[in-house]
This record gives sequence, structure tokens and C-alpha cells, in this order.
Amino acid sequence: MGKHGSLLAIFVLCVLLSVPVLTIFSSIFDSSDGVWQHLVDTLLWSYIVQSLQLMLGVGVLVLLLGVAPAWLVTMTRFPGSRWLEWALVLPLAMPAYIIAYTYTGMLDVAGPVQGFIRDTFDLRFGDYWFPQIRSTGGAITMLSLVLYPYIYLLSRMAFLEQSVCVLEVSRTLGANPWQAFSRVAVPLARPAIMAGLALVLMETLADYGTVQYFGISSFTAGIFRTWFGMGSATAAAQLSAVLMLFILVLVIAEQWSRNRARYHHTSTRYSQLPQLKLTGWKMAGALVYCLVPVLFGFIIPFLQLAWWAWDTRALVDFSAFSQLIINSLRLAFTAALIALILGMFISYAKRLQPGMPMRTATRILGLGYAVPGTVIAVGVLIPFAWFDNSLDAWMRAQFGISTGLLMSGTLIAVVFAYIVRFLPVAMNTMDAGLGKIKPSMDDAGRSMGLGPFQILRRIHIPMLKGSLLTAALLVFVDVLKELPATLILRPFNFNTLAIRTYELANQERLTEAAASALMIVLAGIIPVIIISLSISASRPGHDKRT
Amino acid sequence: MRKLFLSMFAVSALAAGLSAGCTAQAAEVNVYSGREENLIKPVLDRFTAHTGIKVNLITAGADELTTRLELEGANSPADLLLTVDVGRLLRAKEMGLLQAVDSDVLESQIPAQYRDSEGEWFGVSLRSRVVVYDKERVNPAQLSTYEDLADPKWKGKICIRSSSNIYNQSMTAAMISHHGVEETEAWAKGLVANFARQPQGGDRDQIAAVAIGQCELAIVNTYYLAGMINATSAEQREQASKVAVFWPNQQDRGAHINISGAGLSAHAPNRSEAIQLLEFLVSDESQTWYAEANNEFPVRAGVPVSATLQSWGEFKADSLPLEQLGIHNAEAVRVMDRAGWR
Repeated sequence: MGKHGSLLAIFVLCVLLSVPVLTIFSSIFDSSDGVWQHLVDTLLWSYIVQSLQLMLGVGVLVLLLGVAPAWLVTMTRFPGSRWLEWALVLPLAMPAYIIAYTYTGMLDVAGPVQGFIRDTFDLRFGDYWFPQIRSTGGAITMLSLVLYPYIYLLSRMAFLEQSVCVLEVSRTLGANPWQAFSRVAVPLARPAIMAGLALVLMETLADYGTVQYFGISSFTAGIFRTWFGMGSATAAAQLSAVLMLFILVLVIAEQWSRNRARYHHTSTRYSQLPQLKLTGWKMAGALVYCLVPVLFGFIIPFLQLAWWAWDTRALVDFSAFSQLIINSLRLAFTAALIALILGMFISYAKRLQPGMPMRTATRILGLGYAVPGTVIAVGVLIPFAWFDNSLDAWMRAQFGISTGLLMSGTLIAVVFAYIVRFLPVAMNTMDAGLGKIKPSMDDAGRSMGLGPFQILRRIHIPMLKGSLLTAALLVFVDVLKELPATLILRPFNFNTLAIRTYELANQERLTEAAASALMIVLAGIIPVIIISLSISASRPGHDKRT
Repeated sequence: MRKLFLSMFAVSALAAGLSAGCTAQAAEVNVYSGREENLIKPVLDRFTAHTGIKVNLITAGADELTTRLELEGANSPADLLLTVDVGRLLRAKEMGLLQAVDSDVLESQIPAQYRDSEGEWFGVSLRSRVVVYDKERVNPAQLSTYEDLADPKWKGKICIRSSSNIYNQSMTAAMISHHGVEETEAWAKGLVANFARQPQGGDRDQIAAVAIGQCELAIVNTYYLAGMINATSAEQREQASKVAVFWPNQQDRGAHINISGAGLSAHAPNRSEAIQLLEFLVSDESQTWYAEANNEFPVRAGVPVSATLQSWGEFKADSLPLEQLGIHNAEAVRVMDRAGWR
């Protein structure tokens, strides 16, 4: 198979993986019996406003929580900075709906914190002011606390990969460290930060668990209300299609605003980073700034979960529980591996052939991340069931054999849905990495007679090790946390940690749900720490340190 | 490292294939359940112990399962669809996903009001949506009906969860069935005007809010309060002790009732096993278990209920045929949207 054959194969693969997204889009042409009129008359506008508020709030907060700490732990030294380097990633292991349950349990009117205030000061409800956790502000905080690590990871990777020369030049031109950060390092890291922000905003839009629990009428909440409450699956799919169009516009606008700027490394000179040792109030400020996200995004909710789990330990059935752990890990591992391989080929094909068809195909594919998991699951269910039933009908007609449902209701369908949903995470990470490798490296490879696959294997993969590992582990952690697609598509008698957690929490048994929630977090911590460490090690020229 | 990756991949692929491959051998029955695993598995295990029929289970939201059943079509492995709300059963029936069952056991044991007139779905347990009030601050003599909760005297005093919740949709659907759309919309507007706070959280959260004084009344399903009364957490038990149950509309139509129920899938591959399981769900043994473990009311008369439920006394249930709740569900959502019930 020549270069064109491989590219064609990858293109076909992209199209195949886009089937669920396209299935949802195709609903636009169906009629939905006046549901739209009703939505326009009542809630559509508030869905849009709520979702925009969420996006804006989360967008600003994750940038505040993610970019500066990444810069501080990369470029400076202060007590605890080594530890914070990887600890800042930990909230990634915490599913948004679980952090929402946990903080609600603590901070709600009937929770221990407000109870303590009432008992201590002998107050009744209404006598004192306390922030309302179940509010738009609360949802923004919860989502930001678990999503900022995307920004942190990608911007840290970018800062690490920046050549020190650029910063040195900026210093010789009279810039102080703050200017070096704000006027050189951040603008250079823009593709990475934007890739992270895109992931965060898509995940914010797709979130259902948190908004539903907080009673917020976001666009996604509206999709489900329309589907379940009014029984209109068509209108719900149409709303999802609108959501995807909106994302598409954002993505294109961002790329267009970058115009023709490219962000390759311009120098091959890497020396060890000159880490500035902070002292005095600067040291204290840096420490507090970096500690806040870890404390609220991980340590506090983790301790609360551990406390609840300990309280309800008598109710845990350990043999059933270990099966849940195995199931969760097996799915996460399989999906991560497949996403790694597919993501690498697709990102690379896009680099080789940046033409219109490939760009369009990958862009459509990328939308999967913004769609609520339940909707993706239906997008997977439709083509799979169609294929199975058509095959069955054909086999019956030809050979009198019934093949039944071959793939629907198997783990293949579940993993397929994961890939559709999470491949964009892998691709975004790899694109950001690949974008920094100068095309002249490819040219050099070609001039030495290497084919595209050899260039990939001998030049790009070694240079991208960090990005590849990060991509795979991000998918791994995402799958561990994934709930809705697993719930709908899974085979009989098959459960995961996320499902167990959700089922108990759904019955309003938060303390009993804590044990499985804690396991999801614990299983996610190890890959998260590996991601962190591998990024430190992925710095070009890292080996020369010794 | 690479070998390790590859072998792990091969193992997981193989395992996926195996779990997909193993199907029908011994007698079995496949259940799509809208009721969570821990609330249904114990009964299913007893069924297996009695009959030797293996039960395969998938749990998820009833809407998702209905969609899956519809898309899988004639080849769907599902035999039974279990839901915790009658509206979903009715929707499945309308979509042609269920088939009629002709069973003397089911017809004699389940009152006609709690099963489909054409035999396509059957109620297996009951729950009522009642008013829970603050024992200190509310004089129960002031309480009377659901309709009365829209009266301005309750301004800023009522807690209830979101209208996205199916139990509120069913309650509003019942109101439409009794009073029509216009009157129900006026009622919903009055109720919304009486909210102590924007709807949020689940039913237990509403009870807790009454207990700490954020509101005086809450509208909740009976088993949530029963669950709090018998909770492992001392805090929940204390909250539950501060409130009492009021059965609304005892002078006229009776308290609003919903069911958890089941229907036989239109293309059930294991029809006779599925009917056996349906019949088992209304047996003395299962009905007692529902009443004891889940604090739901048995669908059959004469089955003893838990001590907690007994303590709330006898009550008059709304005799509205439950089909009505399904018929008016979508309209109920629209009414609540227009009333600004979040």
C-alpha cells in the first residue's frame, strides 16, 4: 500500500468513526411535531444563556487555575514546587459529577458545614449568608476544579518545550519575568492552551451529571428534558446537532484567528531551564496560588469520599467490587490503546495531507467530544443495530440462518462509542505536539530517503513520546469516568465502577456511593501521575541534564 | 513493554469476544431494568433460586432502555422491560415495543387500575407522592389537597425538586387528567409562586430542607422518607424525625399514586420464562420483599407492609387509571415549562 493508499484508508476510517456524529446531524431533516415552537416559546433562550454563562465562567476560571501554576512550577522553585508539579494534575482523576455530589454533601443547607454554623452560633436557616452550592456559580466552580488540569497539562508541556533562547532574548530586550511570561511564553503556548480550552469547553457543554444535579437548565439539560419528558428523540437529536454546529463555529473561528501563524520550535538549542528561586512573599504567593486548585479540586473531596467510604465499609461486597474494578480498567485500557493508535495515524495523515477532505473529516470527528455521552450512544446504537439487523435479514433470506445482533449489546459497541467520544482528546493532544515539529524535519527525513511511515517512526514518534503517552492516559482516565454511553450500550450483567457510583447516588445514597467513587479516583491517580512525570521527562534536551 | 501492551490488548479483545459470544444454553430470561441493580437483583436472585432460570440484567434509565429496545428491533434479546414509572411503560406500549400477556395469576392478583387494560404492562409495586411537613411550624389542619398548595398562604414555604423529574411530571399529568390543561397551568403557576427556593436536588434533599427550616412543606415520594427514617446515617434519621407525612385529597380523589411495573417485550425470545418472572414479581414473597426492603406499597391487597409504612396509617389512593399519567406526560412538561417550574 503506497502513501496514497494509506491516506485513503485513514480517510475512510475517519468517515467510519464520524458515522455516529453524522447520524445525529441527519436528524435535522426529520420533523419534530411542534416541539421546536414550544421550545422557542419557553425555554430555548434560557438554555442558550445558561450554557454560555457556564462556558464563559468555566473558560475564565480554568485559565486562571491552569496557566499561571504551569508557568510557576516550570520556571521557578519554591517549597513544594516539585510536589505540586504532579499534584496539580490530580483533579483530573475526579469525575465532575462526583465532585459535585461531594461538595453538595458538605456545603448544602442540610450539610455538616452549615449545620456547624447553626449549632455554634445558635442560628436558624435564613439568619446568616452562605453561598448556594447548587447554582450556576457552583456548577462553574465544580467543573473548573476538575477540568483545569487540561489547561495545566497542555500549557506546561508547551512551556517545557519552548526554547530557552526565546526567553533569554526577551530578557536581553529588557523584559522582566512577568513580561517574559505574558508577552512571550503565553502567546507562544497559545495553540496548546487553546487546544486545552477547546477540550474544557466541549466537556462543559457535554456535561449532564453536574447540571442535572444542580438543577441548571443548560442546553444539554434541555436536550434530555426534550427527549425524556416530551418523548421527542428527534427534537433532542436536533438540539444536539445545533450544539455541534456551535462548537464547529468556535473551532473554525479560533483557527481563523490564528491566521497563518505557525508555532514551530525555531531553535534546536535546549539548555536546562534557569529556574528562578522564589523567596519571601513571592514564594508564599506562588505556593498559595498553586495549592488552591489541588486543595479544592482534589484533597478536600478525596478526604470527604474516604470518610464516607469508611463509614459505609460494611456495605461493600468485595468480590463484586473487584469485578467492577477489573471491568473498568479493562475497558479503559483497551480504549486508550486504540485511541492512541488511531489518533496517531489520523493526526499524522492530517499533517501529510492538510487538504480539504481530510480537514473536514477530522473536524467532524472532533465534534464527538462536545456531544453528551447518551446522545453519542444513540448515534452508535442506530448504525450498529441497522447493520446487525440488515445482516440478519440477508442471512435469513440467503441461508436460513439467523445471526441475531452480532455487535449491538457487546463491548465492541461500548469501545466504539468511547473512541468516537474520546478520540478528539487524543488527537488534540497529538496535534499540539506535532504542530511544534518543524516541517523541515520531515523534509530532512525525506531527503534521506525515508518514507512517510519511517519518518513517523524514526523522527516524529521519538520526538512526540510525551504527547503520545499523555494522549493515551487522558483517554484512559476519561473512560474510567465515563458513564452514560457505558450505561446504555453495555452487555447483560456487566457493570463498572462509574455505573455503581451513579446508581447509588441516583437513589440519593451519597455516602454508600463513596466507596466506588473513591475507586474511580484511585484508579485514575496512577495514570495521572505518570502523565505528569512523563511530561517533565519529555522536554527536548532533557537527557542532557545529567 | 511493547510485548506487554500487545498481549494485554489481545487478552482484552479476546475477553470482549468471549463475553459477546456466550448466549442461550440453559433456561434464562433477559431483563432491561429502569430500576437500579441493588433494588431489583435480590428479587431476581430469589427467582433463580426457585426456578433455576438464570436472569440476565441490564440497568439504565427507562428512556434509554426503551430507545435501545426500539433500535434493536425484532432481534432484541430483551424479554422484560422494568420501569419505575407508568408513563414509560405506556410510551413503550405506544411504540409497539410490548406484547399482551394472558395470565390468570397477574389478572387476579393485580387490581385493574394498576395494569394495562390490554395486558401489555403490569404494576408490581406502588408509591405515593405526598406532602411532608415541619411538625413544629405547620398545623396539619391547614393542609388539605394538592390543589391547595397553590394557595398564596403557602408563599415561600414549599420545597420540591425539578420538573425534569418524572415523579413531578406524573403528578402534574394526574392533575391535567382531573382538571384539564388550563386549570392545571394556573395551579402550577400558583405552586411555583410558593416555592421557597429554585427546585434542586432530590426528594431526600427536600425533606432535609424542611428539617432545617428552609421550607415548611415538601412534596416527595413515600419511600424516600421511609429510607431516611431507617437510614444508617444518624443525621438523616434526625432530619426525618422532624417531619410528618400528610396524605393529600383524602376527602375527594385520594393521594397521587404511581407504580413500578413491567411489560413483556414484543419480540421476547424467552416468552414463557419471562411470564414466570412477571408472576413471581407479584408473589407473596416478592411483594413482601418490596414492602420491607424498598419501603414501597405492595400492589396486592393483604400483603403486610413495613413498620414504617404502617406507622403512617391507612390512606385513600387516587383511583385514576394510571394510563392517564402516560397520556398526559408530554403536556405536563409543557405546562410546567410555561409555569416557569425549573
